Amino acid sequence: MALTKLKGNLERILDKNLADLVRGIRNNKENEVKYIAQCIEEIKAELKQENIAVKANAVAKLSYLQMIGYDISWAGFNIIEVMSSNKFTFKRIGYLAASQSFHQDTEVLMLTTNMIRKDLSSQNQYDAGVTLSGLACFINQDLARDLANDLMTLLSSTKPYIRKKAVLLMYKVFLSFPDALRPAFPRLKEKLEDPDPGVQSAAVNVICELARKNPKNYLSLAPIFFKLMTSSTNNWMLIKIIKLFGALTPLEPRLGKKLIEPLTNLIHSTSAMSLLYECINTVIAVLISISTGMPSHSASIQLCVQKLRILIEDSDQNLKYLGLLAMSKILKTHPKSVQAHKDLILLCLDDKDESIRLRALDLLYGMVSKKNLMEIVKKLMVHMDRAEGTQYRDELLSKIIEICSQDNYHFITSFEWYISVLVDLSRMEGLRQGHVVASQLMDVTIRVPAIRPFSVEQMALLLETSSGFAVRGITGQVAFSSMCEVLYAAAWICGEFASHLKEPEAVLECVLKSKVTVLPGHIQAVFIHNLMKLYAHILRKASTTEEKERARQTLSVLQERLTPFMQSADLEVQERASTAVHVLKVISKLQDAGEADVVNELMQLFQGELNPVAPKAQRKVPLPDGLDLDAWINEPEPESDDEPKADKGSLDIFYKTSTSMSDFRDGYQGESVYEETEHMQSEDVRQSAARQQVRREALRVEQANNPHYLKASSQARRSPSASSQLLSPASEEIPVMSINLSVPLQVSTSKKLSDKYLELERSKEASSDSKKHRSKRDKKKKKKKDSSDEEETVQIVAPQVISTMELPEGARLSDSEDDGRPQTDPHRALNIDLDTPSYPKEKPVMRASLEPAMSTPPTKIKKSKSKNGIEGSKEEKARRKKTKQEKEEKVASSKGVNLNDDLDFWLSASNGNESKEKKVVTKTEMTVEETATSDPKKPVKNKKEKKEKKEKKSKKEKREKKDTQDRDEQNNHLSENTTTRSKMIHSMNFNVVDSANARLCRGQHEQDGVELPHQLAGQSRVEIPLAFAVMDSTMVHQLRGVLTYMTQGENGSVSEKLDFKLQIPCSVFLASDPMSNDQFAEILASQELPGKAKILCEGIPLTQALDRASRELNMRLVEMDSSGTSASLYSRHLSDHHLCILMKSQADGRLSIYGKSSHPSLASSVIEELRQMFA
Amino acid sequence: MIKAILVFNNHGKPRLSKFYQYFNEDMQQQIVRETFQLVSKRDDNVCNFLEGGSLIGGSDYKLIYRHYATLYFVFCVDSSESELGILDLIQVFVETLDRCFENVCELDLIFHVDKVHYILNELVMGGMVLETNMSEILSRIEDQNKLEKSEAGLISLKNVNLPNLPNIPQQIKDIKLPDLPQAIKDLKF
Repeated sequence: MALTKLKGNLERILDKNLADLVRGIRNNKENEVKYIAQCIEEIKAELKQENIAVKANAVAKLSYLQMIGYDISWAGFNIIEVMSSNKFTFKRIGYLAASQSFHQDTEVLMLTTNMIRKDLSSQNQYDAGVTLSGLACFINQDLARDLANDLMTLLSSTKPYIRKKAVLLMYKVFLSFPDALRPAFPRLKEKLEDPDPGVQSAAVNVICELARKNPKNYLSLAPIFFKLMTSSTNNWMLIKIIKLFGALTPLEPRLGKKLIEPLTNLIHSTSAMSLLYECINTVIAVLISISTGMPSHSASIQLCVQKLRILIEDSDQNLKYLGLLAMSKILKTHPKSVQAHKDLILLCLDDKDESIRLRALDLLYGMVSKKNLMEIVKKLMVHMDRAEGTQYRDELLSKIIEICSQDNYHFITSFEWYISVLVDLSRMEGLRQGHVVASQLMDVTIRVPAIRPFSVEQMALLLETSSGFAVRGITGQVAFSSMCEVLYAAAWICGEFASHLKEPEAVLECVLKSKVTVLPGHIQAVFIHNLMKLYAHILRKASTTEEKERARQTLSVLQERLTPFMQSADLEVQERASTAVHVLKVISKLQDAGEADVVNELMQLFQGELNPVAPKAQRKVPLPDGLDLDAWINEPEPESDDEPKADKGSLDIFYKTSTSMSDFRDGYQGESVYEETEHMQSEDVRQSAARQQVRREALRVEQANNPHYLKASSQARRSPSASSQLLSPASEEIPVMSINLSVPLQVSTSKKLSDKYLELERSKEASSDSKKHRSKRDKKKKKKKDSSDEEETVQIVAPQVISTMELPEGARLSDSEDDGRPQTDPHRALNIDLDTPSYPKEKPVMRASLEPAMSTPPTKIKKSKSKNGIEGSKEEKARRKKTKQEKEEKVASSKGVNLNDDLDFWLSASNGNESKEKKVVTKTEMTVEETATSDPKKPVKNKKEKKEKKEKKSKKEKREKKDTQDRDEQNNHLSENTTTRSKMIHSMNFNVVDSANARLCRGQHEQDGVELPHQLAGQSRVEIPLAFAVMDSTMVHQLRGVLTYMTQGENGSVSEKLDFKLQIPCSVFLASDPMSNDQFAEILASQELPGKAKILCEGIPLTQALDRASRELNMRLVEMDSSGTSASLYSRHLSDHHLCILMKSQADGRLSIYGKSSHPSLASSVIEELRQMFA
Repeated sequence: MIKAILVFNNHGKPRLSKFYQYFNEDMQQQIVRETFQLVSKRDDNVCNFLEGGSLIGGSDYKLIYRHYATLYFVFCVDSSESELGILDLIQVFVETLDRCFENVCELDLIFHVDKVHYILNELVMGGMVLETNMSEILSRIEDQNKLEKSEAGLISLKNVNLPNLPNIPQQIKDIKLPDLPQAIKDLKF
């Protein structure tokens, strides 16, 4: 025995510790994987040993391995073992490993709840500290729910170290378990004024995080934060608070006004750059929120901009970066102030730091004017030439386009220039934004009619040199760079506006080049379609016989060249090619037959003006009446085994089409979506024009309604790899022409096409400048005003841009979309209005587990038929009045706590005018509040509740000790009502006839009733707590009782009595314990539910039933099925019996309720109660 | 919120990784690699902020880093954190390490990654800044070390012994703390 122990010790000395492991890995660089595998084996052996020190050593090594990428989740259980050690050293190792490898879904976490609870309450603050730190990393919903109470207690720990950590952890608890927020919030608020600066800072931190996501709920804290801001010297906390104010000001402009002054002071006084920067940021936010009608704040803007300029001019790159970042925020609302610093920003464009250049680019957006646009774009183009890295280039490109296209091309004076810029851009190498350029080209050409001839000319040129887009791949196969997307636009523009073409035949020839087959499918498809447009145009132009002959030749060439496309692997290409070929056949037949009108028939195919469609048009199409989009058009086929086979067959044929189609759609969703009436109407040539128009219209509607046709996803982007993958397999067989580099490019690349416009502009400017100078001199004396705005004196006439967009009737472009937060965002659940005490639906979860009686309804008193009918009705009246009063009181008390009024007060303190109205409101509420607090009922009730709680607790404990029979206390809130208006009631005596199972706790005098020492004046009421002892809490008890009392009338006192029936339902003994689906299923499956009951109710919808059951009977919804027709509820009886309820709404509208319980009679009693409730 | 804290050396070898949002191990390694690639190609005289590592977070997130001799300290934070404040926090972290290890060098981090974690836990908890006051941090660490030592009497000596480091390559030099830019030094806690 001793020998084995010694042997064990020896082995332990031979164990590697963490440092040995690290050293070993460093020494085995060549076969690291093998070495680590060996180490893991050793670790596994160590984990099997009993000695906790060995285990801890092993777990420490695992944490290291986790860092270098090894999964250690298999050791979860061992980690927990080490965590549970009572030595701090090991515990810390365990919690570190857990924090590194555990996460929300780690299953072993289920086992940790009690251990963590124990650790949290440890006497040693560092045990608890380590636990808190670890918990912050792996807390999940279950842990958060189960430990929320324990953490709440830690919030008031005597040790600031623990308080600090507990406060921070609360944020994580809220994220996982939003119900905890409301009960914890008051305490969290207290922590804002904690004596320890660390705790204070932690509380600020948590509230800032909460408020960042749901700012409006925290507006009422503004005064506290304001106080902190003006009094604290902790820069870290100040930064947080100031950031928080930045988030709050948009909601409350008055707050902003109040903030400006202290913030400005801080800006002037602080020497810490970080604080200065955040102050500026918040001042900017304030200025944005009160930008309207606040001319007096221009001083603040000036101050901000000046300070920012200092930051930007600083040699510290970090400050420069942040300065630019803040500048871009000002730009949005006060562009003029920023424009003054144009020189500085342009300088930053040349900075060596890419981050800074990007920030400067953002600012450029606001720097441009009609005058300097060309200059700036030129500068950016030069940058693009020099820039390394595609990402920066792409950024530059999208910035150029953004700058130029902003505000409906407001700053562009020469669209010829802009088209040339786009063409230049399309010739740049290594860009991935071909589709953006393409959509710009199309947008400009469509919306600026004046530019069409020029644009068409340029596009024809582009098509001619299309080989420039080819890139020879590694395998020798020719691929196209993403810029070939431009060809799509080029072909489309040439086709659509063919009438502007000088030599349509030449273009036709270019488009027909055999190389075209290498292009992505959707481009080929557009090529083919536009070939038809081109041909239609050629045919129409051919008036002379000679030309007609040429057109006829073209026709045959077309037919011949298009045939190979019919075998394309791309479905779209195939379809269009075959349609085109057949249309051409028909045409040639008709021509042979001497039909003269064939030209017009063909032209009609492509008639109609195209308009841009607004970005959200698709979504705005109203749903036609009676159309149910969710209904099956055909019943879905029953699933069968051979289905996959058939599917597979079709997949083989169409395997590429799906990608190409979606690519095609997605690629052109840039700024606006073009509707194209290019579905082929193959055999319709002979149809009358009128009918065609109808069809076209129908098609348009169909396309608009087709969810696949237009998708409004603007972020969709074609990935470059996808386009190169699109090369059809067929194309590989076709011999590819090598790139003919000898073809002289008509546009020399050395000199940018767009440059000449810039030069032109410059010369123009120079001349106009000199002119202006002259005229200025002349006018100087006459008008000083003229010289104020240079831009306006230079008369620049830009071509007209069509800005209308097509939208369904009644829809507006600016309809706002709702809250963009994804459903999964945990912060959605934290959007809780913390100023109102609680919602009726919401239960104070944390307390519910302690005192279930709190949320139970007051026990009903059923009055026996009163002898005196009038008295009965009077009583009824009084009761009604009471409830009304109660309601009132509720409102009052909630208002009393409502800090919003305080906020109003606080906010309006400085500027009197606005606040008059508000003050009045506050006043009236204050009086209500007064009446509420002067009501004696409230404190009484609270005391009573406390007493009740204590009693219950002690009773519970007693019961556990003695293990006696099931016996419980039930406290009863009984409210007495005055029956007469003016008379005084006194000498009340309350008594019930005890039953076998339930009795009134009377104190010493067993037989007598309970004397109530109260006197009741008219119109008043009192609540008196009474205790009842119940032997069996799983059944309903009914007690008959009598209340005797004396009424003081004018002629002496008269004795009266009131009989009543008291029902003690068994639901008051239910506690709504949280229950997960799995646990619930487990209980149901356990077969230990002997109690069963069932009822059918009518006329109550499921949701309402659920609501009432959970509110009044203390049940908790476990699960509701997705269709909303059934739901299960759970509740735990105080005697630890389970109660499961299933509610199901039947087809006939009735609601069936099934109950099961682990106690035989519990289910039936509760179901009976439900029946009464829903009756 | 801080989403992740990474420390790696000039070759991208991770020396410390702390993720406050769950990623599996492969993803963690990938993030470290990508972050290293982003950070390492930047000159030392450019700004310390970096937008958009694609793996961690979206547009709301920033990488804020500092480069000390052979090590990069990278914090990935969202917009609720002050950029300059985080830079300062990194400085506090490194200075604390320097005090705890007495002239900290990369090797300290290599062999005592657990201790580095414990130190970090006193600064940041669950992605939120816990403490920025260095003397407070140091006293907490000191207390815990004492606690550990008092327990160590009962445990095998082996766990207490500092590992002797025989095979330290000579070329690895101590991390020298560079002078703080004046702007940040002003931030007092």
